[in-house]
Parts: sequence; structure tokens; C-alpha cells
Amino acid sequence: MSKQLISMSVNGKKLEQAVEPRTLLVHFLREQLNLTGTHIGCDTSHCGACTVDVDGKSLKACTILAVQCHGSEVMTVEGLAQGGALHAIQDAFYKEHGLQCGFCTPGMMIRAYRLLQENPNPSEDEIRIGMSGNLCRCTGYQNIIKAVQHAAKTLSASGLKVAA
Amino acid sequence: MIPPSFGYSAPSSLPEALKLLAQHGDEAKILAGGHSLLPMMKFRFAEPGHLIDLNRVDELKGIREEGGLIVIGAMTSESDLIASKLLTQKLPLLAETALQIADPQVRNRGTIGGDIAHGDPGNDHPAIMLVLDATFVLSGPKGERSVPASKFFHGTYMTDLQASEILKEIRIQPFAAKTGYAYCKLKRKTGDWASAAAAVVLTMSGDKVSTLRIALTNLAATAIRAEAAEADLQGRPLSDANIDAAAKAAMAICDPAADLRGDVEYKTAMAGEMVKRAIRLAATRCR
Repeated sequence: MSKQLISMSVNGKKLEQAVEPRTLLVHFLREQLNLTGTHIGCDTSHCGACTVDVDGKSLKACTILAVQCHGSEVMTVEGLAQGGALHAIQDAFYKEHGLQCGFCTPGMMIRAYRLLQENPNPSEDEIRIGMSGNLCRCTGYQNIIKAVQHAAKTLSASGLKVAA
Repeated sequence: MIPPSFGYSAPSSLPEALKLLAQHGDEAKILAGGHSLLPMMKFRFAEPGHLIDLNRVDELKGIREEGGLIVIGAMTSESDLIASKLLTQKLPLLAETALQIADPQVRNRGTIGGDIAHGDPGNDHPAIMLVLDATFVLSGPKGERSVPASKFFHGTYMTDLQASEILKEIRIQPFAAKTGYAYCKLKRKTGDWASAAAAVVLTMSGDKVSTLRIALTNLAATAIRAEAAEADLQGRPLSDANIDAAAKAAMAICDPAADLRGDVEYKTAMAGEMVKRAIRLAATRCR
């Protein structure tokens, strides 16, 4: 099938590319844009390793076509750190040991980023429900929850809203 | 996994979508949230030649009140059902159900119309539509027609929706005051389909059942109404013995497929348990 021209903003950078309709967003990000922070885990929308932010919503990039994101604003884990400084969520995962093998971590962090904008002061239960679409096969959930709580505290103490 | 090649259109209106559907005929498949269709295409279980993506058709999104009915656009996402204040007030069963479907990311894409039109007996909205006595508005080349939920689900992946038609909206009578409701779903993990699930809508007259509707998910080739179980409780108090009898009547119509979620006997037993829990939970809300 012929390629279609799509334009979108990825981590604040506008771009235009030709894609086959069958190209999944996750393959577009990883293989056409070389943004390999977004991982492919189960490839069937269960594990959340491929979670990205599209137009202010968390989505699983393995189950959406790149052409469907024409005109969208996409944010991946590469968009978290600014000016060489870790984002509060990355710092919290580091400080609270919120990762073991690290495979699920990009999806966890980009999901936590959106969760904390939807709900800046979540209870532990709300974090568990909000993060329920992301699996950690090391089963390191306790520290992941702690990391999200840590980030929530840092972000609210700083008085800054999480960058939109 | 990458799906086989296909063409892609993203119309911005329903007439445009219907035109594309007529143009591409049997080759075409409607893309809603994509969380059933795209995995099926990746596994090569489905190989449509052309996808017509409804995500840019704004007229198919949203929840409104019209002529005393709640009208839900087919492309309304599960997340939007959960967030809707109108539904919280008038049909809280829908948000309770949507919260038990998949996970937050999937609920941002998955739509109520896709869940219904796909015809998968594991999907949750069909049973809800049966207990709510919903009406589906289908748009086709010759105009619109309305089909009650009770006549829509013909078999696994088979519905009354014709290849030339698109599910436009769902129309539902809001709950009367003091209507109890519940959707009890047993699943192995977040994101799984039901091992067994039961939907209940209930009103009481004093201590006796006034109206009752029960429907089951993933326990037959389609979602099914448990009419004998409803009749068992009609006009009677919700005693343990009466609830047990209704659960047995519901189990008698179960014909689940054995799979990794359990064998026929286990799923049937769990169906009975979900019916009991849903009736009891609904009863606590009849006030």
C-alpha cells in the first residue's frame, strides 16, 4: 500500500514523515525516529511497556497506528528530562529504586507523568488503579508505587505544575 | 508484529464514512478503538483490505440527554463513560462496568460502540445493554434503523449490524428513582475478560422484587438474559433461599467455552456466584 504523509509533534519537535498505514506508532517511534526508549513488551496491549502520551492521554503505542496520530502531540520517555536534568518522576524512580531490570520503566514513568497531572495527590489505591495497565515482570511494584508517591510530593512541594 | 498491508481512510463525518464503506465493500472494516481489531490483524486472524477509522468523526462521540433518553455516541470511549456526570446521575451501571474493562490506557481508546458491535461474548457492554433494554441506532446507505439489544446479538462475532452499516448511537432509558444495579465480574487479572460476570438491574416494592433483569457475560455464544432466574424472584423477597434458586436457574442456561480461564463446570459455578453477588449488591442500592 502506498505511504501516507503524516505530521505530528514528538517531544515538542514538529516533524513530517511518510508511513505505511500498517505501521504501528511504537514501530514508527523506535525505527523511523530512533526513539528506542519506548519498549515493546507483550505487543498485545496488556503490559504497558509501550505507553506514550498522545494529546494528553496515556495510550499503548503497540495498538495504535502511526497514521492515526496525524496532527497529534506525542510525548515519549525521551521527552521527560529537560536541559540535561532528570524530571522529578525519573529522579523519584532513581531514589526509590523503582526499577530492577528496567524494561517496564519507560512505560511506568510516562504513565506516572500523566497520572500525576490527572490527579496530583493520589492515594496509594489511586496509584495502583492508575498504574494497573503497566506490568513489571520483576514484580517490583512496591517501589514503583513509592516512586510515584515520591514524585507527587516533589512536584507539589515545588509548587510547579507538571509541565503540560 | 506488523499487520498485513491495508488502505486507510479517516473520514470526518458519518455520511463520508458510510460512502467509504459502500465504496470499499467487503474489503473494508470499521476501526473504532482498535483494541480488538488491531491485535486480530497482527495475529492475521483478520486481514481487511481497507480500514475506515471513525476516530475523527466527532458526531459519533459524546453523551447527551434527548427526549427523556440517554444517548451515547458509539465512539464514546470507556474513559468518557467513567468521567460522565450525566451517567453517574442517571445510569451509574455504565461507569461501574467501564471501570472493570481493561486498564486506563486501553479505556482511553476502547469505545462502547466497538465493544458492542464486535460481537465478542467476552465483551462487557452487551450484557449491560440487555439489562438496560438499550436500543441501537444503525446508520446505513438507506438511512437509519433501530434495533433493540435483545435482537442484536446473534452469535460469536455475529450481530444484526450489516456490512454496509455503522453503529451510530445507543439509546437508554435512565434509571427510575431507587433502582439498584450491579455488575460483578470475576477475572484473573486486570485487563482480562470475564471468567464469569453478571449484570443486574433491580427495583423493590417493600421487601419484594418489583422488577429484575439479569444478564451474563462470557457464559454462552453471546451475552444472555437469565429470564428464568428473573422469574424465580419476581414478586418475592430476596431471602438467601430465593437468591440461591435464582442463581441455579441462571447456571442452567450457561454454556461457556472451556479455556485457560477455567472449564465449563468452574465457569458455570462462578456464574452462579456472580449472580448472587450482583443481586445482593444491587439490593443495597435500591434506596
